[in-house]
Amino acid sequence: MHPTSRRFAANARAAMADPVLQDALARLKAGFRVKRAAAVARLPEFEALKAEARALKDHTLAHLDHYLEAFEAKVVETGGTVHWCRDGAEAKAAVLAICRAAGARTATKGKSMVAEEIGLNDFLEKNGVIPVETDLGEYIIQLRREPPSHIVAPAIHLNRGQVADAFRTAHGGRPPDRDLEEPRVLLDEAREEMRARFLAADVGITGANLLIAETGSTVIVTNEGNGDLTQTLPRVHIVLATIDKVVPTLDDAATILRLLARSATGQELSVYTTFSTGPRRPDDLDGPEQFHVVLLDNGRSAMLGGQFRDMLRCIRCGACINHCPVYGAVGGHAYGWVYPGPMGSVLSPALVGLEQTAKLPDASTLCGRCEEVCPMSIPLPALLRHWREHAFERHLKPARERLGLALWSFAASRPWLYRAVTRLASWGLRRLARGTGRLARVPLAGGWTAARDLPAPSGPGFLDQWRQGKRR
Amino acid sequence: MSDARATILDSVRRALRRGPPPETLRAELDRRMAEPRPNVIPARGKGEPAELIERFAAMATEMSAIIERIPTAAAAPAAVARLLAESGLPPQVAAAPALSGLDWTGAGLSARFGAAGRGDAVSVVPAFRAVAETGTCIVRSGPDAPTTLNFLPDLHVVLVRTADVVGAYEDAWKALRKAGAWPRTVTWITGPSRTADIEQTLLLGAHGPRRLHVLLADGP
Ligand code: SF4
Repeated sequence: MHPTSRRFAANARAAMADPVLQDALARLKAGFRVKRAAAVARLPEFEALKAEARALKDHTLAHLDHYLEAFEAKVVETGGTVHWCRDGAEAKAAVLAICRAAGARTATKGKSMVAEEIGLNDFLEKNGVIPVETDLGEYIIQLRREPPSHIVAPAIHLNRGQVADAFRTAHGGRPPDRDLEEPRVLLDEAREEMRARFLAADVGITGANLLIAETGSTVIVTNEGNGDLTQTLPRVHIVLATIDKVVPTLDDAATILRLLARSATGQELSVYTTFSTGPRRPDDLDGPEQFHVVLLDNGRSAMLGGQFRDMLRCIRCGACINHCPVYGAVGGHAYGWVYPGPMGSVLSPALVGLEQTAKLPDASTLCGRCEEVCPMSIPLPALLRHWREHAFERHLKPARERLGLALWSFAASRPWLYRAVTRLASWGLRRLARGTGRLARVPLAGGWTAARDLPAPSGPGFLDQWRQGKRR
Repeated sequence: MSDARATILDSVRRALRRGPPPETLRAELDRRMAEPRPNVIPARGKGEPAELIERFAAMATEMSAIIERIPTAAAAPAAVARLLAESGLPPQVAAAPALSGLDWTGAGLSARFGAAGRGDAVSVVPAFRAVAETGTCIVRSGPDAPTTLNFLPDLHVVLVRTADVVGAYEDAWKALRKAGAWPRTVTWITGPSRTADIEQTLLLGAHGPRRLHVLLADGP
């Protein structure tokens, strides 16, 4: 997928004027936020688990090479194959080669953000293997040929009418005027359509929430059961996972799993958590004959060495997205790539380059809500600030903004000048707002106010109040 | 590919500003894996057996599973027969070979032992352990327990012996490690399949089973 993150401001304006999207975002806040808070409140050990999860992930990252080798050794020992891939192109080629060797025409797919990241579906389709998304949300957006708008709930931006339209177009051989009013009816139709494809697929491709070095297992977490049907029924199972997913032991996995669902959807645990280890055993009655792990770097090892290492603790729960006021206003597509919200604004510049995504780290008020709810204690606001600094240093900011900041720093280092200028500016802005308290346009800062309102100053500034307080 | 392997490990080591870990460190990390220690276990994952059984039943019920207490595992076929009659389903089940010792015919059922196929509406499987913490059934695969039984049929019946109810996931790990070769699949099952992908409306019965019926048996 080609990032459209450069157009964040225009994307955001369109999103805010879209009533369907705004309804969906209101539902998201009422749902995920409330449920997460309730689930966390119910588990007194939540903070202790957070601290432990952070420590175990930091430990793993500090010894990542060893744990990756240990994981690989166990996969091989249990009859599987590990395909190491430096980037998306290598991973796509590896997946295609496995599909071709299996003579595959269709591949069912469980939800995988890494597959979205490397654009696997388009690639397979162009090369004669039809990918079939099996997660209901992913299936819907695949039919509509659009990217996910949320990492946990990919079709969150749609309403039932849009889903019904997509089904009417895609599902031939059914009466065109059938009643598709109710979500239940939509789900049952999707379930029926999908059954035949689950059973017909030659290859099943899933992501992995975790990789376990102790046993060489890959772990998927789903509510629908689609991931398990995807990895159990076909002859070949391919797991697509990045190197940051590994943890040392099953006990470590348990710690992270206690945090994941609660943070993501507010469930105590997702319905199905499956630990897969190798292909079908000699006496097994079902399961895939081949088990392949496509182990992908794609920028992670570079992040490990720099300021953004903390981001590699991310377990893709989506809590930061659900609690972000900017995401809550504009939805996921405005961010222009596969990872939206705070985690996306930190990750996307690292993965596709700051040139294309320099606007994303600005799409935050740095309110800190994301860091508060992040189960892996990732300092998202600080990481966003790092990206802003990089964008500034690399001259990715407009000349006018650079000049403005230079003037500000000149004034800020001269207290008499700073006081005079801020007093004058505060008086001027109050006049401009004409008692409304908000400014839709500010002279010399048109770029900033084009996408935001500025609250007008409500009285004397902090320095003046401080002095008056002292005098009293 | 082996080229990629070397490049990735190399760039990981460069990022960590060191070469391959020395043998002493490797041994220490291997020990962390070979002798895994449990991490923080929530208080609700601990307790007396009776307490854990109650908690398991309550949590599973909350996750939309149906809990039915039966006196012994031997009573399972009769319970399943009753359930099918009440649900208006024909008296047929696909069952895990591990359960072939129970008297299904005596309960008026025709049972087929093996993997699930497209036509199977009902499956019966044994749980390896059940976890009180979240009302979770743990099933493992093997020649006597095919994986498809847990996902293809609409009605999923899981037989849990109360002696197998444990507090936390870690208790199940301990038991599984002791049980020998690590199974191909281990699945934690918490309620029947569901989705909220359409307008965040919670619907049971997505791609997996529509109903999860747990038979909780006190005796063998
Ligand atoms: S950054 Fe934290 S909150 Fe956001 S998705 Fe990752 S783990 Fe979840």
